[in-house]
Amino acid sequence: MMRLTRRYRFAASHRLHSPALSEEENREVYGKCANPYGHGHNYVLDVTVEGPVDDNGQVADRMSLDRLIRERVLVRMEHRNLNQDLPEFASAVPTTENLAAAIRAMLLEHWTLRPRLAHLRISETDRNTFDLEVSAS
Amino acid sequence: MFITRKAEFSASHVCSNPAWSAEENRRVYGPDANPNGHGHNYVLEVTVEGEPDPVTGMVFDLRELKQILNQEVIEPMDHRFLNREVPPFDRVVPTTENIALEIRNRIQPHIHRDGVRLRNVRLYETADLYVDAAAEATGKE
Repeated sequence: MMRLTRRYRFAASHRLHSPALSEEENREVYGKCANPYGHGHNYVLDVTVEGPVDDNGQVADRMSLDRLIRERVLVRMEHRNLNQDLPEFASAVPTTENLAAAIRAMLLEHWTLRPRLAHLRISETDRNTFDLEVSAS
Repeated sequence: MFITRKAEFSASHVCSNPAWSAEENRRVYGPDANPNGHGHNYVLEVTVEGEPDPVTGMVFDLRELKQILNQEVIEPMDHRFLNREVPPFDRVVPTTENIALEIRNRIQPHIHRDGVRLRNVRLYETADLYVDAAAEATGKE
């Protein structure tokens, strides 16, 4: 069993603001991220798949993996406003935690590759990184 | 505790199966199949697991680990055409996966002592692609 990790990038904007909280509470919880018109990041997404090395010497076919990530995730995120352009965040706050879970759901819904999805890592900036291990089911 | 030592080597390779047509190789390996090869700056991260020795305070002597990596990986592979100069890649396709497995097999015998074991071999082909060859196939990190 071996893991292969591929790095992707997308730029998107978001605003962290919960309608369940008052303006003051939002400011307290989310700080600058609650500013009303949103702001953007250059996100870095590391996708890890796990499986045996096949007869071609590969855990995953890179071109198939790239196509899947592009079609399922990147085209929906790239140069988008996460709050307004993605139905996933019509009610949920697009924190990077929630973004990681949303990407996991997008991928698992149409997973067509032989190796399984094993891990997602998203960096919002160089200083903030979020890891989501995907359990083998 | 885990300790990780990093090493780098530059090498060229071509990923193709001699039994297949050029089109078939291109379909499976993409530009990695270009017949005259191409190169990468490979980055290797070798992780060793154990408890610090009560006397030395070290899990594993990093100088010794450096020597092992130099002897088994850097000297034979750096600035080489893997397919032509570094067995078994004259007959095993030098994908990142197969290179990582070969490196793991080469260094594993040198890291065999009580309470210390090779944990993982991570090999970056580029900053955007790496593989992890865990020393034991537990299926977990």
